[in-house]
Amino acid sequence: MNEVAVLGAGMHPWGKWGRSFIGYGTAAAGAALADAGIDWPDVRSVVGAGTLRCGYPGHVAGAAFAQALGWQGARVTSVYAACASGAQAIDTARAQILAGIAEVVLVVGADSAPKGFFAPAGGDRPDDPDWLRFRLLGATNPAYFALYARRRMALHGDTTDDFARVKVKNAAAGALNPYARYRTAVSAGQVAASPVVADPLRLLDVCATSDGGAALVLSSMEYARRHGAGDPVRIRAVSTVTPVYPASGPGLPDIATDSAVAVDPPAPGFRESIARAAYEEAALGPEDLSLAEVYDLSTAMELQWYEDLGLCRPGEGAGLLRAGATALGGRIPVNTSGGLASFGEAVPAQAIAQVCELTWQLRGTAGARQVPGARAGMTANQGLFGHGSAVVAVR
Amino acid sequence: MVAGWFTDTEDEEGFRLLGTRCGACSAVFFPREDSLCRNPACAGDALTEVPLSKRGRVWSYTDGRYRPPAPYVSDPEAPWEPYTLLAVELEAERMVVLGQAAPGVTVADLSVGVEVEVVPGILSEDTGTSWTTWHWRPVEEER
Repeated sequence: MNEVAVLGAGMHPWGKWGRSFIGYGTAAAGAALADAGIDWPDVRSVVGAGTLRCGYPGHVAGAAFAQALGWQGARVTSVYAACASGAQAIDTARAQILAGIAEVVLVVGADSAPKGFFAPAGGDRPDDPDWLRFRLLGATNPAYFALYARRRMALHGDTTDDFARVKVKNAAAGALNPYARYRTAVSAGQVAASPVVADPLRLLDVCATSDGGAALVLSSMEYARRHGAGDPVRIRAVSTVTPVYPASGPGLPDIATDSAVAVDPPAPGFRESIARAAYEEAALGPEDLSLAEVYDLSTAMELQWYEDLGLCRPGEGAGLLRAGATALGGRIPVNTSGGLASFGEAVPAQAIAQVCELTWQLRGTAGARQVPGARAGMTANQGLFGHGSAVVAVR
Repeated sequence: MVAGWFTDTEDEEGFRLLGTRCGACSAVFFPREDSLCRNPACAGDALTEVPLSKRGRVWSYTDGRYRPPAPYVSDPEAPWEPYTLLAVELEAERMVVLGQAAPGVTVADLSVGVEVEVVPGILSEDTGTSWTTWHWRPVEEER
């Protein structure tokens, strides 16, 4: 198995703190290094998950974090892939370790998000699909989430009550997580009373924008043994697949799907292929998972992930939720951290934060939200322009 | 700003979205792709303009209850009027195309599978210029 060890995990609490992303990143890095019992100068490679929201230093996040922590000569990489930035940063670190380029790698992602809807960078840029969807359609991120939510209602009979149940479930888990931004229970009535953002989704169906930071210290298995960590949490697979033409389903930021006139759409579809690639690499299946962390950018999207991850059959996501299977104490808890519903989006940090949660769960140190005897977990996310990622960690 | 995405006509009947078609594999692209066919199995690079179907069926729909950020153009002084957004499946092209609904069409007027047609519309107006776009509008039942 091509495994790497997770020696350390750390976060800065999420919220709207009004500070620079560098501060969140270095705090998370410090926590991960302390957790690993490793001194910063011992890190031989830094991979920063980049952000476009903090000006120039955000584009070269690896160097920005390395400078803030104190130049010590390590190799450096910066990765920007929107919501999948953190997963691609983990993938890059893992590849360096497996290739023997570096034994100990620090992965850091952090952001300080603007208030309100995410928007493209300024200027007139009609060659940029992200700019065009705002300019021509006013199509915000929640608008895309809502198209999928409404489609689920029409195809599978999901209801807005089902969507609210996802929020209630994730808020209950988030209330137990000291790193979450929102740490109070939410009732279905509160979801129903919140204003509609994009029909049928209400404010409490859609995740907020947040500040936050997350970091991991990854190493070779051999280094972990030498370091005295004989049985660490291990990353067993990282999937970073692209779609296969023709990609169907209108995805951010596209104005239209590929036409299937020349070639039939592939089976399985793209989102399912993200998980499938991770399962194949990890040599396990959905029945082996103890928990999953998925991008609940909207409540409805979490139900879609249940199906894409193979936790249930297509169309049966709401049924799995209603049966309580995905809540804490259920057969396959999903978003034990509280998910983006409880954290909000700090874009380059969130895929790393998902792996932090897996790490704590697999170590058995997740406190009141602990999944008893957790042995394997999977994360899943999807980034702008239709690429996605999944990470499998085991103990 | 999006030259060649739709026909330059005020005439509702003749109005069409314009895509391109690969001469080698027949793949259709909207927004238009003029340089290289994106079918990975095709080496075609001769793409010609083609009008898309006028009618399609609603794949899904939503609305915008809050003012979107720039570069969407709206008058910050005026109260926000929600617009409706449609994803429309074109049978012949086997693709889904987004677009705003014609003014006055709300989510209450729609359901998945309903037939709509593309018509010319106004995106925004500033001093001296009226920016045109395409809108989707439910097809009136022919009696």
